Amino acid sequence: MAWDRNQMAERAAQELQDGWYVNLGIGIPTLVSNYIPEGMDVTLQSENGMLGMGAFPIDGEEDADLINAGKQTITELERTSYFDSAMSFGMIRGGKIAMAILGAMEVAENGDLANWMIPGKLVKGMGGAMDLVAGVGRVVVVMDHTSKHGDSKVLKECTLPLTGKAVVDRIITNLGVLDVVEGGLKIVECADGVTEEELRAATEATVI
Amino acid sequence: MKKIYGSAAEALEGVLHDGMLIAAGGFGLCGIPELLLNAIRDAGTKDLTFASNNAGVDDFGIGILLQTKQVKKMISSYVGENKEFMRQYLGGELELEFNPQGTLAERMRAGGAGIPGFYTKTGVGTVIADGKEHKDFDGETYILERGIVADLAIVKAWKADDTGNLVFRKTARNFNPPAAMCGKICIAEVEEIVPRGSLGGDAIHLPGIYVHRIIQGDHEKRIEQRTVRTA
Repeated sequence: MAWDRNQMAERAAQELQDGWYVNLGIGIPTLVSNYIPEGMDVTLQSENGMLGMGAFPIDGEEDADLINAGKQTITELERTSYFDSAMSFGMIRGGKIAMAILGAMEVAENGDLANWMIPGKLVKGMGGAMDLVAGVGRVVVVMDHTSKHGDSKVLKECTLPLTGKAVVDRIITNLGVLDVVEGGLKIVECADGVTEEELRAATEATVI
Repeated sequence: MKKIYGSAAEALEGVLHDGMLIAAGGFGLCGIPELLLNAIRDAGTKDLTFASNNAGVDDFGIGILLQTKQVKKMISSYVGENKEFMRQYLGGELELEFNPQGTLAERMRAGGAGIPGFYTKTGVGTVIADGKEHKDFDGETYILERGIVADLAIVKAWKADDTGNLVFRKTARNFNPPAAMCGKICIAEVEEIVPRGSLGGDAIHLPGIYVHRIIQGDHEKRIEQRTVRTA
């Protein structure tokens, strides 16, 4: 037993706080918007230049001028504002975005994050990921704990090129939640049906 | 001075030369100067360097200039949607300089604002920082990034008046203002040219001082990832 994608997103939504401006990455982090607690005031940023991102449009209401950072058609809200990419990343680097929830390929025990490049494979680019992890107040990673081959993705040191050095604050995986602290990772909780021993066994990083 | 031109080809007259650096607005296929890109393809200008967040898709946007091998180098943050790009890049025919998205936007903004370089914490400790000056401010390490000044900026806006004041629409604004700002010459293509005064001075997104030539035309405005929910 462990969390599925939606349960991971639901757990990640518990990281949100009332009044926060938040950036959600592509993949599981996008699902977090489905679990924003009722009554909580959270404004989603799309780094191409929008605050107040709405749901996907209904069929026939797509607008080519209205897309998110994953280039998907979206909708606006009453609170929505638009701005250019320089201002968008100004608010990211300037620490105005309280939190980013991002996917990852690898995370290390010191908070190093790798999520943009696999040497020898097709290189697509880092997009806004390096700016986000360098600038936002808090970085939460949501990912599977192990690779398809069963290798741990929570490592002593990342093997892939870094997106940011010592930038991750919290890791949410299908097996549980870990915080990056002095000396390694600290278990915050285990996923449903996962024991602490199983979580430790799947983690290459130092768990204190 | 007359800023309005009859077509993209006319607006580009006397501006293009082989080996030039062009800053292009747009994010993905949203808000890209599609008419000017078509006209640059038709003009056949070669060895171009593009500062543009993305490289289009195979048959739209900058992708059409990759098909004709007019591009020598891309300065971009993400080029994932383009097979011909990957073929040329892996074959060594195309140079690629990855910039983090915010660094690229700020390089354009800075270049247009007379700032030749700036320090940013984006990319510290990654390959992006290799060979760049590092400097500590208040206990944190930053790297030096250079402003971009382009020979030509090509942008897409929603509306313009005849003085070049521009208004963009929704997320199609994206890289267009910073790209426009960093061009020695900026050409804007718009959906509609409206009478002077009708945009309202408080509502202008980019003042006409940055815009030297304007064309109006029909835009395809292709959607890259049509995503809908069930009602």
